[in-house]
Order: sequence, then structure tokens, then C-alpha cells
Amino acid sequence: MSVTVSIPTILRPLTGDQKRVPASGATLGAVIDDLETRHAGLRDRLISDGALHRFVNVYVDDEDVRFTGGLDTPVADGGTVTVLPAVAGG
Amino acid sequence: MRFDSLLDSLGGTPLVGLPRLSPRWEDADGAPHVRLWAKLEDRNPTGSIKDRPALRMITEAEDEGRLRPGDTILEPTSGNTGISLAMAAKLKGYRLVCVMPENTSAERRQLLTMYGAEIISSPAAGGSNRAVAEAKKLAAEHPDWVMLYQYGNPANARAHYTGTGPELLADLPEITHFVAGLGTTGTLMGTGRFLRENVPGVQIVAAEPRYGELVYGLRNLDEGFVPELYDESVLTRRFSVGSYDAVRRMRQLIDDEGIFAGVSTGGVLHAALGAANKALAAGERADVAFVVADAGWKYLSTGAYDGTLEDAEDALDGQLWA
Repeated sequence: MSVTVSIPTILRPLTGDQKRVPASGATLGAVIDDLETRHAGLRDRLISDGALHRFVNVYVDDEDVRFTGGLDTPVADGGTVTVLPAVAGG
Repeated sequence: MRFDSLLDSLGGTPLVGLPRLSPRWEDADGAPHVRLWAKLEDRNPTGSIKDRPALRMITEAEDEGRLRPGDTILEPTSGNTGISLAMAAKLKGYRLVCVMPENTSAERRQLLTMYGAEIISSPAAGGSNRAVAEAKKLAAEHPDWVMLYQYGNPANARAHYTGTGPELLADLPEITHFVAGLGTTGTLMGTGRFLRENVPGVQIVAAEPRYGELVYGLRNLDEGFVPELYDESVLTRRFSVGSYDAVRRMRQLIDDEGIFAGVSTGGVLHAALGAANKALAAGERADVAFVVADAGWKYLSTGAYDGTLEDAEDALDGQLWA
């Protein structure tokens, strides 16, 4: 299970400035665990008390994971995970 | 239709079918129809859906005595809400100060200026989050100014709960999905709540614009922003739509159905088609209503309307297009 994870500018110091990084895992939670082994400190920036941070949005194949099972959201082989800070519109 | 003033002509917008873009317009071969319906909110007094919340916020503030003749209104806005407020402020005799990110289209600035609004620019990096932060600072410095605050003012969602929602239900009682853009969240919260209360099983789908990197250029994650109005439980699904898909669908809407919409509507159509195609694959009937928040006029200078899709994607990078 190989997926591509897009990292926002603000977290790139943790990925050696890489915009997209590979990871593996069948669920979002597993992908984040795998990322943590390669980019230590990333997990704490995304998750606290077992849930996503309020100001962090994560999308698997462009769909917000808060509506698809959260950290249990399945991630397909070749899928994309996008991490973005929450921003306003209007 | 006759009205006593422009303000009175608010709402009552057309809902039009999209026979060419719908996956299956007619029931056929034992399979039920999967239809798309566009609610043309550009047919409002200043040409956008924001006339609804803007006027509602003003009238509620007047009724509560928070807003009096001659007052100064302050609002963080990426454009449309500001334009709506500016028109109403002009007619009602208020001064309007807008805090707007500098990476918004030239047309929006021109319209605001024509309506007599004063614009304070906030930095492009950080987008609307920065505009909100700057406006809150200004509000603290000027306690006599009235910040209506579209992100947390329940009158925003109420305008849709009593307007957009009932209009949709009257025109399309068989509605199965409602799809709209997510910004202040007012449209989705108000319309979504109304429809959920009145249509069992209705799906409320959000399309959130995914901008270029500049807009997410916050100094730390705590500068992130979730509007106070937002209640996750109202939504069924939420999609992130980038500028490439938004422009592609916006152009398809012109090509196939003759509707000249703003870029954000392309993003909403993309999510609407996603929901419609899911119903099609499942063999389920669907009547998907989506919001055309405004027409394309205010975005002609952005580069979204000419050149290839890749050109448009490049041109929109760093701009707030919704």
C-alpha cells in the first residue's frame, strides 16, 4: 500500500522541505504512524488525544476524513492524502 | 415582478435543470433519473448569494438596536459579502470599512470602491484568516464600529434557513442532495439544517476551495480558523476542490448549459457531479441541487476564463478565487 502525502508549507521543516512524501498503510492512522517513523514529530502536529487537531484538515482522495471514518478512513494503493491548515472563506 | 426597492428584490432565485450535464436526465430502461439543478444566486441585487446574509445581518442588528443611522460597519471579507454590505450601507446611510486580502480580484475592489466602501488590505499570505484577525484587531481599537462578523453571526445561517432552504424545498420537493461552497459555512449550515428537518435522508455536501500554497502560508497551525458558525453534524460529506477542477467544471457549465458562473461554482459543480455519479453507479434516483454563488463577471481578469486549463491553474495560483 503506497500513498502520496501532501505536506503544507508550515509542516515542511519536518519533511526536509519536501512537498510530497511517500508513505504506506491501509488506513489514515496507519499512514500517519508510518510517516512518524520517517519524519519524527509529524504525528504530534496532526493528532492529539487520538483525534485530528481542530485546525488541521486531512483529505483522502480529496474527501475530508472527518466524514469518512477519521483515522480509520481506508486509503487505497496509489491514493493521495492531503494535509492543510483550516482557512476561512467568504 | 415588481418591488418597491432593490433591497426588496432579494431572493426568490431561479432553480434551473441541467439536462446536458446531468448523468441521466430521464428515467430510462428501468433506471431512475439522476438530475442536477442549479440555484442561480447571481440573480440577487448585487449578483451573489451574499446579499442574503449581508442584508439579514444588517436588519437584525438594526432591530436589536446594535446598528444606528450613521454608524460605521466593519467586516472581514474576500469580496462578495463586502459588495453586498456596501450596497445596503449606501442605501441605508452607513459607512463601511472592509478588511480584504490583497490577493482578490481587481473587479471586487472596483465594485466596493464604486459603492463607497473603504478597503483595508490584509496580507496575501494567510488569506482570509489574516483578514479576520486584522478586523478583530480593528474592532478592538474602534469600539464604536459595528462588526457584523459573517463567520460567527447566526443571522448569516438564518438567512438561508428562512430563505434559500424553503425556496429549494418549494421548487424541488424531491431533493436528495444539496451541494454548496464552504466559506463562512452559513449557506450550508442554514440551508442544510432546514432541509434535514424537512427531507428525510437528504445529503448535505460541502465543496471547499483548495487554493495555492500562499493562502495556507500561516506562521503556525494555531493561526488556522474554523468559523464559529460551523457545525460538522449538519454535513454529510466535505470535498476539497482545487483550481484545475473548478475551472474545468466552470467552463463545462458554460459549454454545455450556457451558464456563466464564477470559479467557485465550478468547484461546487465538481462535488455535485461526484455525488450524482455515486447515485448513478448505485442505481438510485437523485435530484442534486447546487448553488451558483455568483456569475463570472468579477473574475474575468483572473485568467480563469481564457487559455488552457493549465494556464488558468497557473494564473489562479495564490489568488482567492472563491
